[in-house]
Parts: sequence; C-alpha cells; structure tokens
Amino acid sequence: MPKKVKTTVEFEGRVSEILVDIPDIETPLWGNDAELDIVGHPIPRVDGDKRVTGAAKYTSDILLPHMLYGRILRSAHPHAVVKSVNSSEAEKLPGVKAVISAFNTDPIRWHGSSSLFDKTARLVGDEVAAVAAVDEETAADALELIKVDYETLPFVTDMEEAMKDTAPKLWPNGNVVGGKPSIYERGSVSKGFAEADLVIEETFRTQTELHTCLETHGSVAFWEGDKLTVWDSTQAVFNVRDALAAALNIPSNHVRVIKQYMGGGFGSKLELGKYTVIAALLARRTNRPVRLMLTREEDQMNTGNRPATLQHVKVGVKKDGTLTAIELKSVNANGAYLGGAGCGAPYREMYLCANVRTEEYAVYVNTGRSRPARAPGHVQGTFGLESMMDVVSRKIGMDPLEFRKKNYATVNQAQTNPKPYSAKLLDQLYEAGAKKIDWWNRDKSRNSGDFHSRKRGVGMASQIWGGGGGPPAYALVKINRDGSVNVLSGTQDLGTGTKTIISQIAAEELGIALADVAVDLGDTETCPFSGSSGGSTTAASVGPAVRTAAADARLQLFEYAALELKVKPEELSSRRGKIFVKSDPQKSLPFKEAARKAGNNMIIGKGFRGPNPDGYSLNTFGAHFAEVEVDMETGRVTVLRHVAAHHSGRPFNPLTMTSQIEGGVIQSMGYALSEQRVIDPASGIPLNMNMENYKPMTALDVPTIEPILLTQVDEHCNTLGGKGIGEPPRIPAAAAIANAVADAIGIRIRELPITPDKVLAALKSSVPSHKV
Amino acid sequence: MSEIKSSQEALIPPVSRREFIATVGVGVASATVLTTGVMEAEPAAETLAHEPTEGSAHHVPISLWVNGTQYEIGVEPRWTLATVLRRELGMTGTKIVCDRGECGACTVIRNDQLIYSCMTLAVDCDRSRIETIEGVALKEKLHPLQQAFIDNDALQCGYCTPGMVMALKHLLDHQPRPALDDVKEACAGNLCRCGTYPNVFKAALEAAQKMR
Repeated sequence: MPKKVKTTVEFEGRVSEILVDIPDIETPLWGNDAELDIVGHPIPRVDGDKRVTGAAKYTSDILLPHMLYGRILRSAHPHAVVKSVNSSEAEKLPGVKAVISAFNTDPIRWHGSSSLFDKTARLVGDEVAAVAAVDEETAADALELIKVDYETLPFVTDMEEAMKDTAPKLWPNGNVVGGKPSIYERGSVSKGFAEADLVIEETFRTQTELHTCLETHGSVAFWEGDKLTVWDSTQAVFNVRDALAAALNIPSNHVRVIKQYMGGGFGSKLELGKYTVIAALLARRTNRPVRLMLTREEDQMNTGNRPATLQHVKVGVKKDGTLTAIELKSVNANGAYLGGAGCGAPYREMYLCANVRTEEYAVYVNTGRSRPARAPGHVQGTFGLESMMDVVSRKIGMDPLEFRKKNYATVNQAQTNPKPYSAKLLDQLYEAGAKKIDWWNRDKSRNSGDFHSRKRGVGMASQIWGGGGGPPAYALVKINRDGSVNVLSGTQDLGTGTKTIISQIAAEELGIALADVAVDLGDTETCPFSGSSGGSTTAASVGPAVRTAAADARLQLFEYAALELKVKPEELSSRRGKIFVKSDPQKSLPFKEAARKAGNNMIIGKGFRGPNPDGYSLNTFGAHFAEVEVDMETGRVTVLRHVAAHHSGRPFNPLTMTSQIEGGVIQSMGYALSEQRVIDPASGIPLNMNMENYKPMTALDVPTIEPILLTQVDEHCNTLGGKGIGEPPRIPAAAAIANAVADAIGIRIRELPITPDKVLAALKSSVPSHKV
Repeated sequence: MSEIKSSQEALIPPVSRREFIATVGVGVASATVLTTGVMEAEPAAETLAHEPTEGSAHHVPISLWVNGTQYEIGVEPRWTLATVLRRELGMTGTKIVCDRGECGACTVIRNDQLIYSCMTLAVDCDRSRIETIEGVALKEKLHPLQQAFIDNDALQCGYCTPGMVMALKHLLDHQPRPALDDVKEACAGNLCRCGTYPNVFKAALEAAQKMR
C-alpha cells in the first residue's frame, strides 16, 4: 500500500495542504542530459487533423435524436424582485415543450443563499426562466412571450460608489465582501517609509475584461431513466459532475460529464454553470435531450469577467534603489455574487522587500460576477506594480531594468517560512530579452519616430506565477494486444495542447511511437480523476501521473518480454518500439511482439501524481519587452515588437508552448489597448455584449512577437522537470506596453485600456517628463 | 451549375417530413450520378443522421449543393445558412460564435464568394454551390492549407479554425502568391481569442508556397 504523506499544492495563488500517496513505481527525473526522443520536441498536435477538418465535436456540435433547444430568459433590470412569471402564452406556442422558472420548480441553492432562479435579480442577465423548444428560433420566440412582473430596486454598478454607506445594498451585510478587507503584512511599512529617501504614491486602475471564449458556455443533457449524461464546455469535468449531482440530489455515479473539444475557457469554465442544471431540468421535464448553448450576448453578460481594480500604491525607496516598503490598497469589483477578487499577490512576491502591506477590498456590485481569468489577480496587480516600479526607478534616476535586478528576490517572501524558488532564472530572462529588444540602445527607438506626429518608446515588465501543479491526478495506460496504447485521464485539453503532451509523455516512457498512443480525456465515467484545467497546473499535475502509469504498464509488459528473451524483467529497457536487454541491446523484441505475447491478459498501468518537494516554492517567471509607436494626432498606440522571455523548466513541447506565449501576449494587447466592458451607469445595462464593440485583437493588430524560451530543467518540481506556461505570458505584457507608452510620450497613462481618448486627454493636460 | 438546375426543375413544393426524408435520399443519389467521380456523394444514412426540425409549418423547399452533394430541403425563411448546415445537415464544422457577422467563425464559400453563413438566409442560397470546412480535404487527404495549419500549430482551441481555413483557402484559390499583408487582410474578419494569428500567417504562406 502506498504511504500517505502531506504535501503543499497551489492553484491560482491559493495554497493548501493535502494528503497524498507516494507512487510505488519510481520514475527518475528526466534531467537536462536525459536523451528524450519525443518529450521536449516541437511535435504538431495529435488532434490537429480533427480541428482543421471540422471533424472535432465540441459541445455545441452535439446533435442527438429528438433533441430540444434550451434558452434562458434573463433579468432586464440590474436589481429587482421577480414578482411573477407568466408563461401561458409561451407554452401555447407550437414547438415549445417546457417553460421553467422559480414558480414551477423546486428551489436549488446557488451562490450560498441564492438559488438557481432567484426571486431577486441582482444584475442585468440574471436567470429568471428557461424554455425548451424544437429549435433555437422557436425557443427565442417563446422567451418574448413570457411575461415577468418586476419590482425594481435601487442598484449600484460602480465599485467605489458601492462602498459608500448610502449605496444600495446587494446583500444584508453590506457591499464589502466579508464585511472587511483582506489584509497581509510583513515587517512594518511605516518603518519602511521612515527609512526611505523617497516615498512615492500613485493610483492605477484596470477595466473589466471579458473572457470571450469563442465557444459560448453551454451543455447538452440527456437522461436514460435516472442516469444523466451531460456534454459540457468545461475546464473541469469532475467539478461539474460532483456539483451537478449535488444540485440534483442524485449520486455522482448517476452523472456522466463529457468534454471532448472545447472552444476556449480562460478560467470562466471551471465550475458548474446554471445553464447545465437548467438543461438537465428541461431534459427531465420533457424526457428528451436538451442542448442549451448560451448566445454571445448572454456569454459576455453573465459567465464571468476579470474584475476591475483600483490600486493605490505607496512605495518607499532609497537613493541606491533599495525598496524599503511597498503598500497596496486595492478595491476589486466582485460582481453581484461571490466570485473572488484581489490583485495583491505580485506586490507581495515579486520584489525583495522586508516591509509589505496589502489591504484589499472585494465589493459587491450589480454586474456580472468575477471569475478566474487567465492569471487572475496577477494580470491586474502586475500592471499596477510594474507601472509603479517604472515610476520609482525613473524618479531616482535608475534604469528600470537595473532597478528590478537590484530588488531581485530568491525566496518566496510571502510564505510564513520563506522557501527558495525551485528554479528562478529571471536574471537570464532579463538579459536575453534586453538583448533582443536592444534595451541599452532604446534611445535610438525613441528618436526614430517622426518626432512631431509619431513617437516611439520601449518598456519592460516582469512576471511571477505558480504553475507547479501537484496531486491529486490519475492516469491509466492500457496496452492492447496489437501493441497500440490507450491513455485515460480525467483532465481536459482546452486547446492548450494537453492531449499532445500526454501522448508525448506516454510514448516516451513506453519507448514507442507517438502514433501508437491514443489519449482519451474529459470523461468522468471512463477516466480516473484529475483536477480542473486551470492555474497552468495541468501538464505538471497530470504529466507525472501519465508517466508513472506508462512505467507501470511497461514493467508489466516486460514480464512477457523477459520470458521470451530469457532474462529477468529488471534487465530490460525499451526505446523506439523495441524492448531490449540493457547490457546487450542487440538482444531485443519488438514492443508489439511482446504485446502479442501478453494477448488478452489486459495490461493496465495505473499512475498518480506524487507529492510536491518540501523546501521549495514552485513558480514560473518571465520578462517582457515592448516597443510601441504612439500617434500624437490620433492618440492611437501601435505595438511594433513584443519580446516575451519565459522559463517554466523543461518545455514539454516548444511548438505548442510558443503558441501559448504568443496567444498570451495577443490577449494582453487587447487588455492593454482596447478591451473593456461598458455598462451604462444610469440603467445598469451592459452596452457592448458582442465582439465588435468589445474589441479583441484582430489579425491586423498583431505585431512581431518574439518568444524566448529558456529550456533548463527545473530539477525539483516533478519527475518531468517542467511546469505550466498557460498563464505566465498574460501577466507582464500589458505593463510592458504601458511602460513603453510612458517612455514614448513622457506621460504615464495610469488606467487600462490605453485608448486613444485617454492618450489625447493626457497629451492635452500634462507636461511630458522622463520621470514618469 | 447546369446539373443543379436540371435537378432543381424536378423539385416539388412543400414536403411533409416523410417525403422530405425520401427526397433527400433521391437528391443524394442523383448527385452521385451527375458528378461521375469528381465529387463524392455522402452515404444517405449519414445525411439523415439528424432528423429535420419538427413543428415548423412554413417550410420553403430549397436546393443546396454542399461540398459536391445536392440536398433538397425544407427551410423556414428565417433560418440562416449556418443553422441549416449545422442543425439540419449535421455539418457542424462551420461554427457560430457571434451570430452577427463580427467574427468569421461561420465563414463558408458560396458560388466562389466568401460569406458569413450566420448572416445569410438559407432561402437566399437556393440553387447555390456551398463549400464548407468538411469539403476542403481532397478525398481522404488534407488540403495543403490544412496540413500547414497542423504543422505550424495555427490552432489552439480550434473553434475559429474552420472559418480561418475557408477564408485563406479562398485567398489561395484566387491569389497563389500572397504577401504577408494579403494574408492578414484575408483573415482580418476572423477573430481568434487564443491569439494564434502569427501561426495562421505562417501556415497560409507555407501552404501557398507548397501549392505552387
């Protein structure tokens, strides 16, 4: 029996201690000198052909016989009591099969004291009723025939207004989540400020970002008797299964959740959605399958966001660049229901500083609820922190990059007992990135634009994130009698390339070709448990489990090969499709031949993720450098070049890793320059719930992106030597762009996104200075 | 085109559901005859995998020639081409993302023109030749553009990919030697939230080179 030990795991900044098994089978670290045939190589996605031919079936593509289509009626008011729902006209419409609401269903608890169809709506877009009809068009017609009687209530959509005593309250205990701020302190900031030669204060603001997954949130629900099968566009099949079973009060083994392909998640699809429960209820009521995919407008309105922030920052610094104190007071727009909001982590972790205090308020407002959004908290906080570090370095006349190197942290100071980072090569990333952008000659860039109408500048920013992953995560590896292999794990591939990485790891450990491995993920019935795909943890959590499962299966197969080769199983090894005697590699047997010998004696390798190492903090680092051009007449900012240097230990697949980095930069460009949710303060109605007016980056906006990958193995993190990369490239990009804009025009824009109107207003009202 | 017309003349006005199923079967069979080896007919069983939507009283018969197979089908005048392809014909490769002509995920080729199928009514496509992502691969073999997408990792979640491929295939069909700016312009109407544009550019340029 495996031995139970305690280990520390981190997920999107939340650290917890859990019980975990130590695997029986040892898989030694793949170090820097490991000869690997498949892992670490730029391998095209194993499911690429399905995605380029239209064969890949996403949840939105599931078509079942006699399937109905669900739609949700949503509140038209930001705060209102739903007094009645009259659906009689809708029910008479031919093709409508069911209408449900709070008035004809049993309440299902949601968000603590709320419910599935709450009789109080707290935002424009709250769920009021739902229909199932024979097609989407009829379902849309039915929504228009439902009459809802609302009693409107006072509302507040601005977080600073919401904090005032006079503001309308969303919840009885007031609008500050938990009734008080979340406070962190180490050392004494008052002491730190007293020691400083210079104390600088600034205020930064960030907007509300919408995930804007191309595949909207949605599910297909199908009952066979008391057994429910759900296809869901989710980052977490097991989370959804367990929460759905609880919501419907049925056992988990009566619920099967499947996710094959999904069109983007970015953190908004980590939990059970109301739409899934509604689809299941409609399917049960009509005794037919129901597909309920949200419309684009619904998706933008009420499936999560990166919350807006207000960051008051105060920093103490000595003339030589030593940071003596960092203080953050932040306000974060949580939305109408508890969603999680805060941005202080980078302030606490990024730079060496003995005296740090963060005081963070999360505030209820009558808008959509915040959800994790690709590096939650860190993206907002890093914009504030890294803008501030630029301001401070310029005020003391120090180069921004030198200033950051001066305050380099080698231990995780935010921990009670600070542990060293398992691998921090940020200094090398600084050097590599600075060289690529020609940092030390950036005055040339500044002077290269047409001085009167267009100005250029260069800026940089740094990044810290977790991404070390951890248990629990499980995998099974089955060897078939023809030597082909199935890998099963209940994780998900969001488009990040998880399936490809898992194939690579299994093929490498088994010593067979990639083409002989088939990977099945995202099915709670056929796959063993793995956690949600978030926090850049998937590869480093699931990967080692897959490796152990493959090693287990390989050792079982070696017993058949050993009989054939007349040696002991432990004398064998396998590589490139052959099982051979280690001391005499000529003595060998094809892997497939050994599998044939095993016949129908099913070989099932089981693997699980072992504990994280004691004594190290598992983190990922990066440094970005951006060059921008600002049109002084229109205020438009164009990113000309963006260098993104990252280290996450071994890159499992440099091809897909580069895609993650480029994509992270491009999303961040939208965050830096154009994307923002707009809500009309007078009505509480969101105004740009579409893609055209939300303004994500297009093909025409994309600059030259230059990723730099340091490939050195992290020897401490896990047996593969690599960590995650999904979120890191999103973290420093916006700050690097903002710092480049300040460098170009000599005026700092302290609020994202840096739209032309803000640039023009700043140019009109400020005097340019190099000390911004 | 003349083949479509001649088959169109035989089309019967509003059909019941049972007749409709029979008609589709006939349509597929005749397509096989008409195209003599150039285009492959889909097996009738596959065509009928999804039952047509029930309960719509106002179906208008139309004839669509999709990826070389003719479909005679009853549609409501308000149904978009995207919905008909996905729901009625089960060709779900074409995606609906914004449903208002902003993102290009629903891009298909109609009579050699690139269109947003979410903004196009199916009735307006009567007697049209439609090419979707399902028809891009040449028999069993991937189109060079599709292969280049895989080789250059020009896709992440893959939800924008069908629209991207259609837009760029149309470009390459008409401009065998595109410059980078031509490629960017060609997919300027296709939004990718994963931000995989640089690899899409690489893929299109590489495919163009290989197709020469």
